[in-house]
Amino acid sequence: MDLLTLSRIQFGLTIGFHYIFPPLSVGLGLLLVFMEGLYLKTKNPLYHQMTRFWVKVFGLIFVLGVATGIVMEFQFGTNWSTYSRYVGDVFGSALAAEGIFAFFLESGFLAILLFGWDKVSRRMHFLATILVCAGAHFSAVWIVVANSWQQTPAGYHLVGQAPNIRAEIVDFWQLVFNPSSIDRIWHVYMGAWQAGAFFVLSVSAFYILRKKHIDFAKASIKIALLVAAAASVLQLVSGHSSAVGAAENQPAKMAAFEAHYNTEPADLYLFGWVNNDQEKVQFGVRLPGMLSFLIYGNSQKPVTGLKEFKPEDRPPVNIIFQSYHAMVAIGVGLILLAWLGLFLWWRNRLFSLRWLLWVFVFSVIGPQLANQLGWLSAEVGRQPWIVYNLLRTSDGLSRVVTSGQVLTSIILFSLIYLLLLILFIYLLNDKIQHGPAAEDLDTARHRA
Amino acid sequence: MVFDLNTIWFMLVGALLTGYAILDGFDLGVGALHLFTKQDVERRLFINAIGPVWDGNEVWLVTGGGALFAAFPEVYATAFSGFYMAMILILFALIFRAVAIEFRSKQPMHWWRQMWDVSFSAGSIVSSLLIGLALGNIALGIPLAGDHEFAGSFLGLLNPYALLVGLTTVALFMMHGAIYLVLKTEGDLHNNLRRWVNNAIIFFIICYAATTAATLLYVPHMVETIKQAPWLFVLPLLNALAIANIPREIHHGHDMKAFLSSCASIAALLTLFGIGMYPDLIFSSPNPTNSLTIYSAASSAKTLEIMLIIAAMGVPLVLAYTASIYWIFRGKVKLDSSSY
Repeated sequence: MDLLTLSRIQFGLTIGFHYIFPPLSVGLGLLLVFMEGLYLKTKNPLYHQMTRFWVKVFGLIFVLGVATGIVMEFQFGTNWSTYSRYVGDVFGSALAAEGIFAFFLESGFLAILLFGWDKVSRRMHFLATILVCAGAHFSAVWIVVANSWQQTPAGYHLVGQAPNIRAEIVDFWQLVFNPSSIDRIWHVYMGAWQAGAFFVLSVSAFYILRKKHIDFAKASIKIALLVAAAASVLQLVSGHSSAVGAAENQPAKMAAFEAHYNTEPADLYLFGWVNNDQEKVQFGVRLPGMLSFLIYGNSQKPVTGLKEFKPEDRPPVNIIFQSYHAMVAIGVGLILLAWLGLFLWWRNRLFSLRWLLWVFVFSVIGPQLANQLGWLSAEVGRQPWIVYNLLRTSDGLSRVVTSGQVLTSIILFSLIYLLLLILFIYLLNDKIQHGPAAEDLDTARHRA
Repeated sequence: MVFDLNTIWFMLVGALLTGYAILDGFDLGVGALHLFTKQDVERRLFINAIGPVWDGNEVWLVTGGGALFAAFPEVYATAFSGFYMAMILILFALIFRAVAIEFRSKQPMHWWRQMWDVSFSAGSIVSSLLIGLALGNIALGIPLAGDHEFAGSFLGLLNPYALLVGLTTVALFMMHGAIYLVLKTEGDLHNNLRRWVNNAIIFFIICYAATTAATLLYVPHMVETIKQAPWLFVLPLLNALAIANIPREIHHGHDMKAFLSSCASIAALLTLFGIGMYPDLIFSSPNPTNSLTIYSAASSAKTLEIMLIIAAMGVPLVLAYTASIYWIFRGKVKLDSSSY
């Protein structure tokens, strides 16, 4: 395989694995703020026990996020050094801001969250929880800003001669508020809140099915369900807004989402299979004019088709079509599931329907898959550009790295990440099987 | 020397990496010493001594890397792609060390703990060694082409000088880590560790003397600046005094002063390194004209200004968090229900 393919495989593999963890820390961080806040407000020891249990789980998730995250920072330089030279002036300040504003906050106060129970007052501990949650949210801002700049570059000018052209900042705020950053940050946040909420929902539903830690589980489910229901609906809103933005700023990507080849009023497919040679969708079910309606509020208005772009400037269509549609389908499923849960809670039947609790147990996979598929369609949808319309992915590679070296590192990463995944699941399962500690209900043992 | 934006950023990136060496230096050192003690409870004390802080310490590396990327993208791109396999190995070492700290305590089985103890220690030693190896090569000089790309090989990076700097880094961190452990422990363990410190100091001084001799003999450009400004000889002198002060303070039981001395000697060493390098960031050998300097490798003045504002806002916050975390977790380490 060539260097380009291998470097892309390695980036996809390492970012995909990394992205299991940050959404869980962001989402679980938010839930921890609610749990500990409820304890301080109500003094009900159940919430204390809940916070202690989920903080330990948070610690496990966090360390895997850190360990796999440092790989991402290094990889821009190791595998994509020409790209790094090109964007360093712009991209670097976002990464440095992430380190200085977000990571220090998050890692510093995590120490109090995990080990500070008997060292600081409850209010101080709660403050640390809020700061860790804020740090996790800030870190998402900067990395998404940097990524959005690759999708919709703004606030820069180009200097130098080929092959040593590079982008330099002209306006920092235009870089930060580039056309796609706000929509995409919200989209990432909602995906993360869903990941955290459905994770807590899943573990708690499992306890109820096993008739263990019933009070703990019921109280956890209620918090998680409220967050899940809110985040799932807001995710639909942010997804819509993101898609409208993509139609405006990255028309080739939007066209690939719906395999829309001719510039004409566009349909919305529920599902289908793209035949790229014949440039049409087979076995599809579609809502005529619906895409035009969603983008422009007018089902007759034409949407730019893929044929407007030279074949070498088009992204691969079917993989984007499939991942995008799967993401949307999962998103709709999560809305229905969360709101069904709320309805049954209102009817007092939430904890008696075993089939529904089993669906909750497996629902944890939903946001994880949707997050991965969403990024897949967003990043593959940017191809063949590494910086949209400015720099081709094939021109961003490291010039001195060989495909043999990358193949070696892919094999090593695969083995190590497989091991980490197995260990993560094993330890998480072990923690869940042990459940919340009974002594944590006795809050008198801890500092008030 | 002109005190311009590029020079300020040279000093700031240097300050971040010095912060990293001082802070993560002691937890890497604790890792390097970890297998020298056999009892589970002592190993737990070692890990819990760094438990609340190692993760924040590593952020100094992440931020230093980010600052390097932003201020001097050419250096970031050249070094990371040129040292490809070495960088990948550092990543694996850091990954294993991080998860080992978290995973070790999660199961009681002897084989499980032994496995993570070895990962923790090997990960710490390998990352220290490779960090030193990279610094050694940057000082000695690596072959750079006219377009700033690395023109050497991985095996070329494993030269005797760079390996010696790598070994010295391991020794320095072991000494630093041993002093930190003296500070954090009590009882018999504390008394044993005081002896470890003396052995670690001897090991470090031997490595340090060898590195200094090798630098004077084989890397003359690193001492050029100091030769031209003899008042700078104050620095190596202060450094020698700081190192000599460590056994004295340990002997008198002033553990905190010993630790601060060790921090000061790390800062002095890296300052010497910075003075030797300035204004080069990566020295090119055999063609010194291809060296990456703080001008040829830098971002635009606009970016350096923006980042200076970011740093001016962020650094006081970071120092405040760091100080409060260290204050909250001050004193001897005790094992409790939330410990590793």
